[in-house]
Amino acid sequence: MNKPFRRRDLLGIRNLSADEIVGILNTAENFREINSREIKKVPTLRGKTVINLFFENSTRTRTSFELAAKRLSADAVNISVSSSSVTKGETLVDTALNLDAMQPDCIVVRHSSAGVPHQLAKVSKAAIVNAGDGANEHPTQALLDAMTIREHKGTIAGLEVAIVGDILHSRVARSNIHLLTKLGAKVRVAGPKTLVPSDFAHLVEDNLQVCEHIEDAIEKADVVMILRIQKERMDSAYFPTLREYSIHYGLTNERLELAKKDAIVLHPGPMNRGIEISSDVADSSRSLILDQVKYGVAVRMAVLYLATGGTAN
Amino acid sequence: MKLLIANGHLIDPNEGQNSGKNLLIEDGIVKAWLGANESAPEDAEVFDASGMIVAPGFIDLHVHLREPGQEHKETIATGAAAAVAGGWTSVCPMPNTNPVNDSAAITRYMIEQAERAGFANVFPVGAITKESSGTELAEMGEMKAAGAVAVSDDGRPVPNAGMMRRAMEYAKDFDLPVVDHCEDKSLSSGGVMHEGKISLLLGLRGMPALAEDLDAVRDIYLAKETGAHIHIAHISTKGALEAVRRAKAEGINVTCEVTPHHFTLTDKAVEGYDTNTKMSPPLRSAEHLKAILEGLKDGTIDAIATDHAPHHADEKALEYDRAPMGITGLETAVGLAFNELVHKGIIDLVQLVKLCSSNPAKIFNIPNRGTLKVGSVADITILDPDLVWTYRNADSRSKSKNSPFDNWQFTGGAVATIVGGKIVYKK
Repeated sequence: MNKPFRRRDLLGIRNLSADEIVGILNTAENFREINSREIKKVPTLRGKTVINLFFENSTRTRTSFELAAKRLSADAVNISVSSSSVTKGETLVDTALNLDAMQPDCIVVRHSSAGVPHQLAKVSKAAIVNAGDGANEHPTQALLDAMTIREHKGTIAGLEVAIVGDILHSRVARSNIHLLTKLGAKVRVAGPKTLVPSDFAHLVEDNLQVCEHIEDAIEKADVVMILRIQKERMDSAYFPTLREYSIHYGLTNERLELAKKDAIVLHPGPMNRGIEISSDVADSSRSLILDQVKYGVAVRMAVLYLATGGTAN
Repeated sequence: MKLLIANGHLIDPNEGQNSGKNLLIEDGIVKAWLGANESAPEDAEVFDASGMIVAPGFIDLHVHLREPGQEHKETIATGAAAAVAGGWTSVCPMPNTNPVNDSAAITRYMIEQAERAGFANVFPVGAITKESSGTELAEMGEMKAAGAVAVSDDGRPVPNAGMMRRAMEYAKDFDLPVVDHCEDKSLSSGGVMHEGKISLLLGLRGMPALAEDLDAVRDIYLAKETGAHIHIAHISTKGALEAVRRAKAEGINVTCEVTPHHFTLTDKAVEGYDTNTKMSPPLRSAEHLKAILEGLKDGTIDAIATDHAPHHADEKALEYDRAPMGITGLETAVGLAFNELVHKGIIDLVQLVKLCSSNPAKIFNIPNRGTLKVGSVADITILDPDLVWTYRNADSRSKSKNSPFDNWQFTGGAVATIVGGKIVYKK
């Protein structure tokens, strides 16, 4: 289907060029300042409609998108669908076409199934923004992580980044691997073998390494990114207990010592304190978890602006 | 009633025939092979097959016709109509209907429905276990008497090796081949595509090749032990193919089939999340496709079967991981075989006829078919290797339109299909 020329989807980082990524980040930089004003509102997207279509629970991401839309004066509507459209007897395509008929400019979608934003983009006239689809991608998370790293490290090219935890099921890991390697960082991933298949090394052409031990990944890293571990994985025998996970794969101060002295720690939240990250680390000055959340709003303002026809800086 | 198929190039691998011959059909039976100068009876209707290949009717060992129980996807009549439009004169429906074809009554019903429809012959495959539940044997002897040609629990493969051993022993008593969908579900359950680089990239749960390899190896050992004939359905992995190659060399009674989608597409087709790329076994990686082509070339693969699996558009318009497995295939199989195999030099026309007709008839012990020798049933597939045509889902005779090959262009296809001496399809 041919889309109106102004329409731009953000389905993932994988299909973006390095220039496009930098364009989004630079646009986000410009919007950042609005969030610290006393009156946090500009008329940029006045008259535009944004639908936040969330098939999966999320407080943080949905709120962040909603604030981003509102601070740009767009009309934002939140739709939470507790389960798949299937249970209502409606197909996914029906759901999309019904919303599309109300002529929104942008639909922000989160779904537990990979590929849903791609499927919606094929039938929808509105721009589709992926707010996380299954284990596929979570592009705005990677963008806000990049913004946080740029803020503290100046640049991304040449940095060594460790991503630790459940890589297999993580859309955050995938989007970050694509983004960071495209911008010239060296990425090392590690975690239990059951959650870090060795095939991952082939996910991108260059700059990605699968490490045997998490210590190897963390050693001399500039950035340590910790992924949330989900209890359900324990029940499916990916690892025996949360206790054992925390002992062997958790980020403690001792393990963080292996990283560069000025290494920063990121976590996409919500954290399981004492499991994948110790409270000492989470609360230390090296942890930038709240910065990530803060920059999330600016990144989503930029994405909504660009998706609905704005031009990148 | 007499029919003369004139001026065609007759291929019958069983008879070592591969040259021009006129074929005289009388009362649904092949009456005579005539040379160019031999005269035919004046009253015979003439079908001019100039420039065309005349082959024994193609037999599809693996289809899902959905009747009884899921007539919104397909009926025996619509499935059989799609079959003849694709050049297939006979199809073998799997037992995963509702109720499951685990009894003589349902087997008989399927055959009667096909006779009423009057397009292709239907040779049902009965269930191995009651309701395909893997726990109690189905009445194989009764189903065979009613017309079943093989047994299978297809997509619900018998998980228990002990039960599979009994099933093979029992099936052997009735000379029924055991059709084996090889999948160790403890490795693949929850998976929606081939496990590998692309599944990691797309964030979709993988079904490892290992799940097929292990089950194939298990059942080959059981076949060796029991002496039963196992026919491995829709083989898709390098490992399973190597196991079959070794087993054949050892003299174990094993045959196998491949689907057109597995010799055409790889898991890269899943990018874009089109649910018409979702089936079981899944589209494999390039490495496996290469092994499949080698298996076709060296004869390890015995048959081409479609695994025609119609699903209603509403069922496929779902999230990738929730959509049902399966694609239609009856009308695209021959075109794909020409495009991907014949014209690329993987197989020649004689091998094509073996894979689609002579071998399938032997594998399921279907008498008087798979050959056009005098006295056999006049089931005939007429092919034009140079015909350029485009397949469109919208034009499909199947009730369902879930093919990934919509708008594909083919060079070569079936131009006429004759069943029991009657022209049931003409392009």
